[in-house]
Parts: sequence; structure tokens; C-alpha cells
Amino acid sequence: MANPTTLAVTAAATDAASVKLSGPQGRKPRRRFSRSNIFIYGTLILVAVYYLLPLYVMIVTSLKGMPEIRLGNIFAPPVEITFEPWVKAWATACTGLNCDGLSRGFWNSVRITVPSVVFSIAIASVNGYALANWRFKGADFFFTVLIFGAFIPYQVMLYPIVILLRELGLYGSLWGLVLVHTIFGMPILTLLFRNYFTSVPEELFKAARVDGAGFWGIYFKIMLPMSLPIFVVAMIIQITGIWNDFLFGVVYTKPDVYPMTVQLNNIVNSVQGVKEYNVNMAATIITGLVPLFIYFVSGKLFVRGIAAGAVKG
Amino acid sequence: MASDRPNRLFRNLTAKIAAIPMILTAVCVFLGGTVWTVVYSFTNSKLLPRANFVGLDQYERLWGTHRWIVSIENLLIYGICSMVLSLIIGFVLAALMDQKIRFENTFRTIILYPFALSFIVTGLVWQWLLNPDLGLQSVVRSAGWVSFSFDPLYNADIVIFGVLIAGIWQGSGLIMVLMLAGLRGIDDSIWKAARVDGIPLWKTYIFIVIPMMRPVFITTLVLITSGIVRLYDLIVAQTSGGPGIASEVPAKYVYDYMFQGQNLGQGFAASTMMLLAVLIVIIPWAYLEFGGKKRG
Amino acid sequence: MTSVSIRDLSLKFGSLEVLKSLNIDIDEGEFLVLLGPSGCGKSTLLNCIAGLLDISGGQIFIGGNNVTWSEPSERGIGMVFQSYALYPQMSVEGNLAFGLKNARMPKPEIAKRIARAAEVLQIEPLLKRKPAQLSGGQRQRVAIGRALVRDVDVFLFDEPLSNLDAKLRAELRVEIKRLHQRLKNTMIYVTHDQIEALTLADRIAIMRNGIIQQLASPNEIYNRPVNLYVAGFMGSPGMNFITGEISGAGGSTFGFGDTQIPLERYPFDREDRPSKAVFGIRPEHISCGTAASAEPFSIDVEIEVVEPMGADTLVWALLQGKEFRFRVDGQSDLRAGETVRVGFDPARASIFDAATELRL
Repeated sequence: MANPTTLAVTAAATDAASVKLSGPQGRKPRRRFSRSNIFIYGTLILVAVYYLLPLYVMIVTSLKGMPEIRLGNIFAPPVEITFEPWVKAWATACTGLNCDGLSRGFWNSVRITVPSVVFSIAIASVNGYALANWRFKGADFFFTVLIFGAFIPYQVMLYPIVILLRELGLYGSLWGLVLVHTIFGMPILTLLFRNYFTSVPEELFKAARVDGAGFWGIYFKIMLPMSLPIFVVAMIIQITGIWNDFLFGVVYTKPDVYPMTVQLNNIVNSVQGVKEYNVNMAATIITGLVPLFIYFVSGKLFVRGIAAGAVKG
Repeated sequence: MASDRPNRLFRNLTAKIAAIPMILTAVCVFLGGTVWTVVYSFTNSKLLPRANFVGLDQYERLWGTHRWIVSIENLLIYGICSMVLSLIIGFVLAALMDQKIRFENTFRTIILYPFALSFIVTGLVWQWLLNPDLGLQSVVRSAGWVSFSFDPLYNADIVIFGVLIAGIWQGSGLIMVLMLAGLRGIDDSIWKAARVDGIPLWKTYIFIVIPMMRPVFITTLVLITSGIVRLYDLIVAQTSGGPGIASEVPAKYVYDYMFQGQNLGQGFAASTMMLLAVLIVIIPWAYLEFGGKKRG
Repeated sequence: MTSVSIRDLSLKFGSLEVLKSLNIDIDEGEFLVLLGPSGCGKSTLLNCIAGLLDISGGQIFIGGNNVTWSEPSERGIGMVFQSYALYPQMSVEGNLAFGLKNARMPKPEIAKRIARAAEVLQIEPLLKRKPAQLSGGQRQRVAIGRALVRDVDVFLFDEPLSNLDAKLRAELRVEIKRLHQRLKNTMIYVTHDQIEALTLADRIAIMRNGIIQQLASPNEIYNRPVNLYVAGFMGSPGMNFITGEISGAGGSTFGFGDTQIPLERYPFDREDRPSKAVFGIRPEHISCGTAASAEPFSIDVEIEVVEPMGADTLVWALLQGKEFRFRVDGQSDLRAGETVRVGFDPARASIFDAATELRL
């Protein structure tokens, strides 16, 4: 039986003589290795090498013994793989008077980061929610000041915070640093949450009000459950930022509660005796592992996070 | 309707109470702290703050100190080079990534991962890479090019460029991501129209697309600037300010004088100068961006 | 010599065949409209002709030249987009001149062309303005101007009026028609709007799923649709369809229910007379009341809903339980629930084979 569609085609073709005219036909030939392709992929690969090289060197150096390192070729893969530098970095490297390795700094960082992240996100999300849905007099002004605070160089606020912490009896302790991180996390996070909650349809909010829910009711029952992605983004920003922080760590803590970054710097740059490059590199990698792990696992959300943090106002 | 009023006040009251942390922080820490530091920069506080006002004494001393001048110079060089280079690199990378290539996710992951690292990690890695005896220089030398010299970290004249390499390695990923987002916001038909008009691709980028991306460029510039002034961790890790004071930067000056040099006054003055530098950039930008619609 | 020719053009995205072996010949100065619903391939076809999309098979000829592998700018085409795509940072003059400057045309020549385009399109007072300062209609004219200054033979329009409100659309539609009459260039125009197609086109190509259903003049498509799809697509409200059977010697009657429609006056295109068929008649070809009795065929229907629309009234009735629509003058006073006599001339109908959906 005749196929209606092909019949339609032949019926529709007007004075189309099916004489095939000469010349190019069909797909335009595209060379795989065209000039533009070589340029694009070539540049990107070169660039990728520039970015990957330090990581490679870090890993490779940390797996070599010192004699091999002294041979001088940092790009050569280890002839003999040894995990000793890692063990040393973790358990026995010395910072000042303590010789119990980076593990001390690691746990300090954990104990600093976890409460900081929890508090800063809790407070900022409520702030953002209040700003987005419950407008009150002066709110915008305070918010503006908060945002400006994100741009101001921290150095201007360093000492007043020292005084504040001393008054509160927190100077030099872990909780002092937690407080500092909570304070400085607020601008970006409040902005993040405020923008997110503003994009939630107002009808939802109004319907909840009509149903009789109040400030906290709406927050916990409506806003929270639907903002899981933004909480994850906020966590990514905070964990990365706080874990990688150095300035606040070095100003507001005493040596036995140094976060990992401060300890790392001391281990490597303290000018005592022979430099053990492999241990240094192992220590460096260990310090970078947590944020790197978060980065690789979170993929697109990480990008979203920095875009949000970067686009202020 | 009288029963309505206390209700409304109460509801907003909860919001106000919930926002107290933000208000406190904004006012006490950011505003209050900044003002306090600026005020005390006019004192001669040493180990502890002292309300002993000495006018512009600290500032005169500041600008008479060689180390501070070097810091400023370094920051300017680093800042301008960093801005120009990261914008160019970031944009070019974004343009390449926008060409519907395969493995886009992979390339982006590779270019962006340094951003996840601490400046300390970055500084230490590049310190190792640029090690003259065991790092890059020695590898190239042993490969045959005996006179190859790439030792920025021990050369007072170009050490800041050694830091620049590390800084760009860390930061250009972010710029690329922002530029790519901006590029993707350009309407498809603009590219088509230019192609029909016969405009070559590079001209399309320069004369049509980049002007359309002006807001993205400006925002990125502001971001880079506010980040540059805070340059500290990278220096501490990579060069410790050396050789000598050749790679000093203002942020380090502040820390050293405030917490190690027992000279709070100098520290306050230096940080006030840093604040000034940022304000000079931020205030015009904020005014342009938000103009009159601020006072809510 | 034809202006634009397409031979066996096909396009595949991966394994999905989006355009299937299309053949079209467009004469010089002709205004061809590609009409169809979303996803039928009309914009895709236009982009292929423009050279913005690479085809998988077949050839494209413009002005006698084989341009299958040529860049868009080498094909002698100009294109107007739905969003106009004006370069926002340049003035109108800058937009018009940019392509010409790029081709290293001497300045006096550029100025001359811009002046001529501005005069034809009446955009002289706008030359120094930026696109953001123009209205939708003005932007559209500048977009056309950009193609005009390049002195191209063929103009391609990709749904240029879809972004405008109804009133503006009607005004600019006429302007495009005037422009075509004045310039006499070949124009290929993509739209999903029937009215635009019917009013602007010399010929319409109705597309569906990458295949051209019918390529003919608006009149032909409207009165003698070649298959059921085209018949149902054109016209608002659409054609009435009655399923039934053809019987009698040489197919002399069409029967449905217990009614017979005589078919002597119907101009059959084909020889075959399948038993099952679909009878189509447009609402506007149906008369009502006393005029109905004068028609070759008339029947009683029961009115369901009456929709007064000002100039005329649309009546939704039931013909043997099936929906049947017809138009009457806006002044008539028909009511829902009434039974009324309607009639029509089978010569104006379209009958389709129920199985193949083709016109008989």
C-alpha cells in the first residue's frame, strides 16, 4: 500500500526535475584536524597541563624518598614509591614545640569548621529569609552595610575583633575563631539565601500566612524543605572558605589550636635543619584534600556556589 | 481593627529579633570596627591601644618607610598584571570552551580545581616548583639547556612575578567560569547575524560580543580588585616576603606591625590605607550600579 | 533561471532525520512561505538554505550557483531573525555599515547604500540611535535594512513578527508586503501564523515532520488541500470532516448515516474510489436558512452553541451527533437548541481517502 508521506512528497514537489545538477552535494567535508580544531584543543590541552602540573608534582614528590628527590628531576615519577613522607607529615612533623604532625591541625580544622559552618548557615539563612519575606524598616540599610563588609579588607577589623574576643574570654581559643568565621561568613551567605528566598513564589508564603503560620513556622515547614540545594551550595562555600583560611587562623589562635593551614605553613617554612621536601608535599596534599574532595564531588554545585558568592549584589 | 495592630507588630518583631545577629554584626563589627581602627590610626599605640592622638604622625612614618613603599609597588604591579592577565586568560579560555567542544566538563574541572585550594597550599607548591636547585630550573637545565635561568623567587627584581604565576594559576578558573556564563547569555541569533553579514569570528568577539559583556567585565574587575588588596596568604607561603623585603605586601605589613612589631599605630594606619584603596574602587562602582535605588 | 533550488535536501541530527529529501524550486521575485507547527522543520530548513546549518545530503542552488558548501555570507542571502539580532552597542548606522566595512567597501559606496536603504524603509531619522531606543517595529525595519544594504538577491525571514503584539503584527505584515512589491527580491519567510502565510505568500510550503505536505499558491492550498493534514491545518475554525462511504457508479454518492451527498459536481483528481472516505467542507462555504435550500445539498442540523464575533457569527451545531461548524452573518439571530437548515455545494468540498488521507 502506498505510503501517504512519500506520496505527499512527490505530490508536493513542483517542477523539480530530478536531474541531479553537478557540483558539491551533501555534507560539507570537515577535516577532523582542521586548523581551528587544532588551535582550540591544542590550547586547551596546553592549558590543562599548566593547571595539572603542580598537582602532579605534589603527588609525585610526596611519594619519593629524599635521595631520589635530591637527584633533581621533579617531574620524574617515583622509582620507588614510599608512603613514609605521608606518615611523617601526619604523625610526627614538628611545629614549634609539638611534634605530633598535621593530625593535630587536621582535627583543629575540623573542630573549627563544623561549628562555624553550622552557625553561619543557620544564622544567615534566617537572616536571608527575614530580608526576603519580612521587610521591616532599616532592613535594607543594615543589609547594605553587611555587604560592604564583604568588600572591606579584613585588616581594618582585625584588632577590634581581638579586643572583642578578649572581652568575651575567647581570644586564642577555638570558639573564638568559630565566632570570627561566623561573623565574616554572614555577608555572602545572607546574600545567597536572600536571593534564593526572593525567587520562591510569594504565593506559597501568602498561602502559609493565610493558614496561620508565623515567622518560624513558615521557615521550618516551608522554606527549609524546599531549599536543600542552596544549603548545599552554602555549605560548599563555607567549608572551602573556612578550611582554607589562614589569616584568621594565625591571628586569633594559640599554637595548640592552630588550624591545618597555619600548621602547614609552619612545618614547611620553619627554617630548622634539612628541608624534607617529600614530607612538605605530603603535608600540602593532606591539607588540600578536604576542599578538593568537596570540589570533585560537588561538580556543578561548586560552580554555582562561587558564581553566587562572586556575584555580590 | 484594634486587635490587628499588636498582632502585626509582633510578627515583624520576630523577624527583627531573628535579624539581630545580622544587625549587630553589621553595626558593631563592620562599621564599628572599621571606624575604631581608623580613629586609632591617629594615635601612637604601641603594644596596646592608647588614645594618645598624634595627628598624621603614623601616616608620615608609614609613607617614609621603605618597606611600605615596596609593599605598595608590589601590590600595584601584582594587581595590574593580575587583572589584565586573568581577564585575558579567563576570557580566552571561556571563548574556547564556548565552541561546543567535547570534554567541556573535564576541562572546566581541571581549570577550576586550583580555586578550591588554600592560598597556603598554592604558595607552597609553587615555591617547590620554582626551587632553583630541584625544581623547574634544574629540570630544564639537565635536559640540555644549561644556561636556562628561571629563579624568580630568589631574584628581588622579579620575585613578584613568581608570585603572579601562582596567583593566576589559582584565580583564573573563577574568571573563566564567570566569563563563560556571560558568553552563554548572549543571544544565539547575534552570532548568526554576524555570520550572515560575513564578519569573521574574531571580529565578532571583539566588536560585538565583548562590548555586550561589559557588565560581566566590570563585575569581574571589581571582584579581582577586592581580592588583590587582601593578598597575604600567598606571599607568606611562597616567599615569606622575601628575598629580604622584595615581595612584601600591605596586608603583611599590617600583620607584622600589629602582632609582631608591637606597633599597633602603624598597623592601623596601614590598614586604613588599604581600606581607602578599596573604597576608591568600590564606591564609584556601587554608585554606578545601584545609583538611586539604594535607600529602601 | 530559478532563484533558489533545493535538491533532495536532507538533514540528520545523529540518527534523527529532521528534513527528509526535500525538493523546491523558487522563482525569481517569488515570496515563498514555509508554514507549519513547532518542530516541523521550517526554521531548520531556512537555516540550511542560509548556510548556518550543514546538511547531510542533497544540494542547494542560489542564483544558479551551487552553494551547498558555501559560507552564509557567500550565498547572496540576507536574513532577518525573530529577535532582530541588532548589534546593541552600535547605532543604527553602525549596524548597517558593519558588514560593508568588513568587506572593505569604499566609504562613499557604504554611505550611498545606507541612504538608499534608509529611504526605502523610512528609517532616516533613526540612523544615529541605538537599538535600545527603537520600538519593535523600527528594530525590525533596521534588521531588514541590514540585509538590504548588502544588495542580496534572496531575503530570509525567520518568524520576524512573532515577538510583536497583534496590532503591530498586522501593520508590519502589510509593510513587508509593500516592501516585496517595491524591491521584487526573492523572499523566503518562515512562520507558524496562517494569516501571515495567506496574505504574504505567492506560494506556501506546508511542512510537517520534515516533509513538505503541499507546495502551492494560497488559493490552491485553501480550496484544494492535497491531504487531510493540510485541510485540517488551514482555516480557523477548521474544516468540517465527515467520515462515510463512497458508493455508486464511478463514485456518485457519499453516504454517511442515512444521508447521501451527490458527488457529480465534485472534481475528482484521482481515478480510484476507495470505499471509506472523509468528506470535508469549510464553515465559510456553508449557507444557512433559505439560501441553504438553493444549494445542491442541504440538511437539518441542531444548534449547540452560537458564538457572535462581530462581523460574523460562528455556529457550532450537531450533524448526526457529530460537531459541525458554519458561519453566518453577524446580524442573524440563531439560538442554541434550534434546528436549522444548512446547505453547500459539493464542488467546493474536499474528499479524502480515509486510509491514505490523500485527496481524491
